[in-house]
Amino acid sequence: MSKDGLNLAKWAIDKALKCGANQAAVAISNQRDIEVDFRDRKMEKLQESTQNSLALRIFVDKKYSRHSTCDMRKESLEKFIQDAVAMTRYLTPDEYRSLPDPKYYPQKTNIDLDINDKKYSAIETEDRVKIAAAIEQAALAQSDKIITASAGYSDTHYQVFRMHSNGFAGQTEGTAFSSYAQVTVNDPNGGRPSDWEGGDTRYYNELPPVEEIGKNAVQRALSRIGQKKIASGLYTMIVDNRVAARLLSMLTSAITGQALQQKSTYLDGMLNKPIAADKLTVIEDPFIKRGASSRIYDGEGLAARKRTIIEKGVLKEYLIDDYYGKKMGIAPNSGSLSNVVFEYGAESQTSMIKSVKKGIIVNSFIGGNSNTTTGDFSFGIIGQLVENGEIIMPVNEMNISGNGKEFWQKLTVMGNDPYPYSSVKIPTLLFEDVQFSGI
Amino acid sequence: MNKDITRRRFIASGATGAAAALGLPLMMQSTMERALAMPDNTNLTLADYLNRFGITEQMLNEIIAVGLSRGGDYCDVYFQHTIGNYVELEDNAVNRASTQVDLGMGVRVLLGDQTGYSFTEELTLEAMKQAAKTAANIAASGLKAGPAQLKLHETPNYYPIQKKWEDVAIDKKIPMLYTINDNVFTLDKRIIKNNIYLSDESTWILLATSTGRIACDYRPLTRLGVSCTAEENGRREQNGYNLSGRYGYEFYGADKLDLLATEAVKRTVDLFAAVKPEAGEMPVVLGAGGSGILLHEAIGHGMEADYNRKKVSIFADKINKPVAESFVNIIDDGTNPNVRGSLNVDDEGNDTQKTVLVENGILRSYLHDHLSSQYYNVAPTGSGRRESFRYAPLPRMRNTYMQAGPHTRDEIIASVKKGLYAQSFTNGQVMIGAGDFTFYVKSGYLIEDGKLTKPVKDVNIIGNGPNVLRDIVMVGNDFEMDKGGWVCGKQGQGVPVSLGLPTIKVSKITVGGVNS
Repeated sequence: MSKDGLNLAKWAIDKALKCGANQAAVAISNQRDIEVDFRDRKMEKLQESTQNSLALRIFVDKKYSRHSTCDMRKESLEKFIQDAVAMTRYLTPDEYRSLPDPKYYPQKTNIDLDINDKKYSAIETEDRVKIAAAIEQAALAQSDKIITASAGYSDTHYQVFRMHSNGFAGQTEGTAFSSYAQVTVNDPNGGRPSDWEGGDTRYYNELPPVEEIGKNAVQRALSRIGQKKIASGLYTMIVDNRVAARLLSMLTSAITGQALQQKSTYLDGMLNKPIAADKLTVIEDPFIKRGASSRIYDGEGLAARKRTIIEKGVLKEYLIDDYYGKKMGIAPNSGSLSNVVFEYGAESQTSMIKSVKKGIIVNSFIGGNSNTTTGDFSFGIIGQLVENGEIIMPVNEMNISGNGKEFWQKLTVMGNDPYPYSSVKIPTLLFEDVQFSGI
Repeated sequence: MNKDITRRRFIASGATGAAAALGLPLMMQSTMERALAMPDNTNLTLADYLNRFGITEQMLNEIIAVGLSRGGDYCDVYFQHTIGNYVELEDNAVNRASTQVDLGMGVRVLLGDQTGYSFTEELTLEAMKQAAKTAANIAASGLKAGPAQLKLHETPNYYPIQKKWEDVAIDKKIPMLYTINDNVFTLDKRIIKNNIYLSDESTWILLATSTGRIACDYRPLTRLGVSCTAEENGRREQNGYNLSGRYGYEFYGADKLDLLATEAVKRTVDLFAAVKPEAGEMPVVLGAGGSGILLHEAIGHGMEADYNRKKVSIFADKINKPVAESFVNIIDDGTNPNVRGSLNVDDEGNDTQKTVLVENGILRSYLHDHLSSQYYNVAPTGSGRRESFRYAPLPRMRNTYMQAGPHTRDEIIASVKKGLYAQSFTNGQVMIGAGDFTFYVKSGYLIEDGKLTKPVKDVNIIGNGPNVLRDIVMVGNDFEMDKGGWVCGKQGQGVPVSLGLPTIKVSKITVGGVNS
């Protein structure tokens, strides 16, 4: 698609400008997905597909709209672009709507992020089926308490072309691989607890070993047998690295330009002030080789750069996109995050558990939400009770609650185990005195 | 509202552009008008649908024959065309809009309970046959039986509308947003920010099966929402309100625009007085309407037949057993006029219906799709749904609600000495096998000595499905269907649903409060 994609992008931009747009940005993507699921020792599902789309942002006399379609026939696209421009004229002008100043576009677009596995094209359906089958087999071999095990493998290859009428063009090509097991076991006390294990990678050969996926999924599910809620109260909370990113989203949604300009964040006015305990240092690194969210530019074409978001608990940067930056009269620095890396500590999860007198390890969050405007949050949890350094029993049907202002000050230990299969490299975290509700 | 494990937590931002945008509401006239201007939806003929997709019955037969060519025992094809529009007001100006066109077809081939699936956005016979060939690969023998002669399946119309969204230009929509915005700022001086959005969608569906059924549907869908931020003495609060359903343009009369402004403002400024309840178990009264989220999470997902066929649901062995008090009756219904989750025909060509999940406290029926109805050898319940042509169907909820019971709202509230009254909700989730479910209460009230007292906000409630059903001790006579727009997520597919409830009392459930 390489040359075709570029030509189509150029054609779409020209068409939009001819129809009366002053500026236009287009993204053309092409994606192939293959997915295999296994259950009951046979293939449960095999899905293969290719999809295309054209997304267009247009600026007509300071009026702005965006559009997308998967009907890629030229005659349909022509009418689509014509209608898009015509419709935009009805909107109210917004002086802050325009493409980014070209000085914010990347100077260098040939940085190798190593996100495209050349082996992809050599993978046969048979290989995919083998992985899914082997994961299920590994899981089933683990225990006779298993009610059912599902296993799956999927891969994706994509290309995206992006072009802006004021001089930006970029192209991304990448692969993504995923494999998992989900296991449900019988709990003699009633209930059918389940858990999962899996991995997402850029390279086929970096997927976790099939035995490990099967085994860990079963062990996790078995560890849920006998789970129940316990007394409400303040507990030390250890958050497993696999799910800790859920907490980070409370912070990141509260530091966007939109949240600031729309006065819907409790972190308004907190730049260069402490918003968390000094253990917390959060860095965005868009250039990690084979990183899940590695990139050279963001969705607006703004150049990616490595930056410190939170340093020793102090908020160093808001996430300002081009539009809200213009609206607030400040320079944009990208309104979204790519790879997020936590400065991790020296302690293993095991030694953190050993140090806890009375606490709960959170293995999963279930439901719940947070209020960006006030900082209030409340999440359901599934975990394990720890007493005097030992895991005593599995717990579930409990909530944690609090307010971000106080909660992040309670972070006292960062683990040494950043989770590898995500764009958020977050270790196990330990918080003191967290409000749990149960009985 | 249920989130299965995400198999694609990862995938670079650009790659998901198409997929991520699918859920977004959009705005615009059709760019795909191959057919003539569409007549009133009740008058659409099979020929209109065939023309829209540029296909013939002969082509459908050929594609299905390719699907069956490797020994699959069932094949269906699903064509979809969606035109979506979205327009938004921020900072007192309607200054952003978006549109989306989605067009394509999916082919599914079944061999027993095994599924082969593929789709294409290119509606040429060659591309469609290629998709069928790919899906056929779930089987590995030769043709057993070819497709049956296609026959049109007639369907009712549960969403009669007057003015179709594809005939409404953007200049007819914009004034509604300004009217609401003016209202909001007039109602309360503490409002400092206000966002309003209107989304609408028109979808045309045509599907055909190897058993000879061909069915079509035209599905309108709209939502109008308001979100306010208010400030008082340096403290800020944010809340909102929205209306949604399978309505046409005419739905948004002056009364609806007033209601949106009034409710959004009230729900926001009420929060200035809000406190957090205590943490722990307490009686919870669920207000009529949106509290139906309790049913969706506590029982609805667990009654989807795929989870029971695979024996992973906590309800897998409970059919015809008592699960609740005798005054509890729970329904999942695809036939409520103009309600968001209603369907004239499901996404597998089966008639939708009013399916009784719990009758007088006894668990009765799962929600079936084609696969599970074959497995259990029962009639399908019209619950086979898919987000789009990109997905194979699954058993899903439509509108899930509890019928009215014997108690009054006043006596229910009066019966609680100390507890929580939950009024509005944002989201929920459930673990199908363990039965833990949650829902997030955005606003409500404390109940003290039988009376609603201080407002409360931002608390998660967590319980166990079967236990909470058993603990429903009072059911009000004031049933209400929720008016807002819910999206239910399952295995990566989002579908519009609704829910409803009379006022009910749960004797004890865990509330995520503070200071226990």
